[in-house]
Order: sequence, then C-alpha cells, then structure tokens
Amino acid sequence: MQSVISIKELTKTYAGGFEALKSVNLDIEKGEIFGLLGPNGAGKTTLINIVCGIVTKTSGSVTVDGYDNVTDFYETRGRIGLVPQELPTETFETPFNVARYSRGLFGKPPDEGHVEKVLKSLSLWEKKDEKVMMLSGGMKRRVLIAKALSHEPEILFLDEPTAGVDVELRQDMWNVVQSLRESGVTVILTTHYIEEAEQLADRVGVINHGEVILVEEKNKLMRELGKKELILHLATSIDSIPAGLEQYKLELSEDGSELTYHYDTRGEHTGITALLGALHGAGVRFNDLNTKQSSLEEIFVGLVNKGP
Amino acid sequence: MNFHAVKAIYRTEMARMMRTVVQSIVAPVLSTSLYFVIFGAAIGSRISEIDGVSYGAFIVPGLIMLSIMTESISNSSFAIYFPKFSGTIFELLSAPVSFVEVVLGYVGAAATKSVIIGGIILGTASFFVDINISHPVLMLLFLVLISVSFSLFGFILGVWADGWEKLTIVPILVIMPLTFLGGTFYSISMLPPAWQTVSLFNPIVYLISGFRWSFYENADVAVGISLAMVIGFLAICLGVVWWIFKTGYRLRA
Repeated sequence: MQSVISIKELTKTYAGGFEALKSVNLDIEKGEIFGLLGPNGAGKTTLINIVCGIVTKTSGSVTVDGYDNVTDFYETRGRIGLVPQELPTETFETPFNVARYSRGLFGKPPDEGHVEKVLKSLSLWEKKDEKVMMLSGGMKRRVLIAKALSHEPEILFLDEPTAGVDVELRQDMWNVVQSLRESGVTVILTTHYIEEAEQLADRVGVINHGEVILVEEKNKLMRELGKKELILHLATSIDSIPAGLEQYKLELSEDGSELTYHYDTRGEHTGITALLGALHGAGVRFNDLNTKQSSLEEIFVGLVNKGP
Repeated sequence: MNFHAVKAIYRTEMARMMRTVVQSIVAPVLSTSLYFVIFGAAIGSRISEIDGVSYGAFIVPGLIMLSIMTESISNSSFAIYFPKFSGTIFELLSAPVSFVEVVLGYVGAAATKSVIIGGIILGTASFFVDINISHPVLMLLFLVLISVSFSLFGFILGVWADGWEKLTIVPILVIMPLTFLGGTFYSISMLPPAWQTVSLFNPIVYLISGFRWSFYENADVAVGISLAMVIGFLAICLGVVWWIFKTGYRLRA
C-alpha cells in the first residue's frame, strides 16, 4: 500500500519540558481508515496538530503525499481537513458562511453547490442560515465537520469526533466516514470510544506516553491479541475446582455456578475436547455453555496497562 | 500564493464590519463630530488662526489621524485576538497560508475600514469647516500607509495579547496619549522650545505633521521626513509580522 502520510523519528518537547512525542514513526496508507487510540495525554492530539501545522515539531519529519509539511506546507495543508477535539466555532456566523470561508481559506475556488452538498450530507442544510451560537453541541460538531470537508480534502483527521454526541449523531457520523472512505479519502480517527475504532478502522495504532506501541490491522490485532473464553454454566454449583483440572487454569465464579476457560484459537489444540472429557470424569455437569471473544477495548486496556 | 484565502479572509472581515456597523463606523463619526463641536466650534472660535488656517480646519487632519490610528489598531487586533480567544485560530494555522495571505486578508480589511472611516470623517468635517486639500494624492498616500501600518501594529498587538486587558491597554495608555501630544489639536511650534524638542521624540508628531502638510502645506517637520517615518514604521511592523509567522510566536506551541 502507498503511504499518504509518513512520520519519521518525530519528537515534540513543549516549552515546559513535557515530552509529548518520543521518536514516533508511523505510516498512514492511502484510502484507509486509521484508528489512533490512546489514553488522555498520550500524544494523539499533539501528533495530529504537528501533521496539520498547528504545533511545531522539535525534530523528525512529516511528509504528506511526498511533500514535507514544513517546507511544502502549501501542498500538504491543502490536502488535509481537520475536525478538532474541542468545539471552536465562529459564534456569530452561519453554517453556510463558515463552510464557504473554510473552502476559500484552504485555497479552493468558490463552489456553493459543493458547500450545499456537504451541509445536506450532515443534515445541516435546514440550519444553514442560523447563527452557529444558536445550534446545539451536536450541530456545532457537524458544522466543524462541514468546514473540514468544504475544501474536499484527501486526508481527514477526526479528533474525537463523537465525543459528547448522541447515539443518532454518532451513527450519522459513522455513515459519513464510511462514505468518505468509499470516495477515496484517507481518514485518521482518534477516539475514546474503542467501539468506534472497532466498527470503522482498517488499521489501529496505539499510542501511550508519546510512543507508538503498536500498529496493526484491526482484524489481525483482534485475532492475535484477542483471547477467547469458554463459559460453562454448571448444573449444580460447586465450592472449588475439582482435583485433576488444575492444568486447565479454570476460573470459578464467586457463586460457584460458572467455570471459565481461556484458550487460544490460533493454537493447534484448543484443549476444549480434553477439558470437556476431564469435567465429565470429575463429575461436573453443565446445562449450558457459550464462548466470548475479547473486544478491542479489552485489548487496548491490556496494552496501555503494560506501561512504558 | 493562495488568493482564494486572501479573498475569504478579506470578505469575512469586511462582513464583520457590516455586522457591527454602529461600532465600526457610526461611533468614530459621532465621536469626531463631538470633537468638532467642542474644539472646533465652542473653543476653536476663540482661538486665532494657526499659520493662516482656521483652528477648526487645522484640527481636521489630526482628528482623521486619531480615528484611523485607533480604528486600525482596534479592528486588526480584535480580528486576530478573537480567533485566539475562541479557539478558531486552529483553522488559520492549519490552512495553506503564509504571512503574506494573512497580512493581505486581515490587515487589508482593517486598513480598508480605516480608509473608509477617514473618508467619512473628512466628509463629516466638511459640514463644519472649509477644507482645502493641497496635495490629494499625497493625502491619500499618507492615509493608506498609516492605515496599513497601524493595522499591522494592531495585528501584532492581537497576537501578543493574552487577555482582553492587554488588548486595550496599549491603545489607551500609549497610542491615545501620544496622539493627543502629537499635534492633533495644536502645532508643536506653539510649545515652549524645550517641549518642542521633547515632542520630536514622539513618532506620531511626524505622521500628523505630514498628513496635515498634504492639506495646508503647513508642517512641524519636513514632509519627506514624515513620509520616511511612516514607511519605516510600516517596514518594522511588516518585519515583526513576518517573524511572528516564521517562529509561531504566541500562535504555535
């Protein structure tokens, strides 16, 4: 795959001495949806802001479509749209005017038809002449997305796009992101809602304490790091795990009604058949069973809890 | 060069002026008219001519300068400070624009407003006194150069300010006193010799003097020196704005 953004040895130390990014290397592929995950203060927003030109890097390089983002900033910035985490909007302006302004600011000739299309795709057309200050938080978020899309960017950064929005709007935004991907736009998404990355992302990067600790295809990540569990609902509660079953490292629920067995689907033998035989031999009966796959969220928590 | 960005910034800033037409245009015209009533008619009628020009007519160039300097600073400082305050500055910083587009857009709009206000004040003044403009091209040149210079100065102020108080403190505590003491209402030749010398350290004296010369060919200092001072101030401000964008001073972390 062709890299559309290439970040090499990128570091950022703020004036106060805080080291926000420590030698970050990252390549974003053209046309993908990349989920950038990390806890608060991990360096996600600093990374995005450096690529977009809002924050000055300390060292390293960033290229966008082969252009250096400092020396060739006319080329790089015109290709990028940014929806920031906060909700800074031109309070006294209308959605139509701010979207038209953004289009011009990013070097595109006036095209009211495109602005109309963007506003309609975000269900903002009805509000196009209302002052932004009169809109709800969710609508302001849509205005920010409309501004970012008004100049037809090839790359879109969405920094926590669904923070504080309702379920309906979140679903709308997911639809917008999917349609952008279909039109060839590269989307870089940071989110606290791991479910969002799980739903949308092709690849996932995890950043913690200013370091990218993992970049992987989402499905591969879930397959490789995700654990499966077999949960057995016992016919009769037991006080302790019967002797002879130690090798299976079973977990007994507090009320003694469930046994949980962790296994690796990649292994040649999952051990399930042997376990079931051993349980039968030990006289443990069960009346139901189910399996569960670890979510991306559980994988993420496991990764960041490992520490630097 | 991103011409679409220049147009977008300029158009948005001019639209802001139209939204705040009372604050932007009516207020300076009203305050200038009051100066004419008080200094031109009430007090001015008791003051003899200065270098052959009636007192009411003499103060017109100074009053225009007073307004365009304060309006230029106020408009351009607010134009850049408000996005910083509200957070919308992120868009300008992430846009494909250099200091050239920003200066042409923001400073161009602020200077345009000032020139319009200057023209309106001149028109208003003509209702009160007879005005003679001996060198209209030079008058226009001074008007434009000073509007642009002080708009640049206001832009620098807006970038530097990290609170509303700082935004107003320089115009009120520095520019206003220097303008009042810079010959808006008098010729510095009317001062005692020692104060005449002190006044020559006030840069505003040169601006008002040169502008007044374009009206009545009366000046406290040679018009060439005045013009050089304006161009020098413009060059310094341009250099500072260029440096701000090069280093990201108070704009980029």
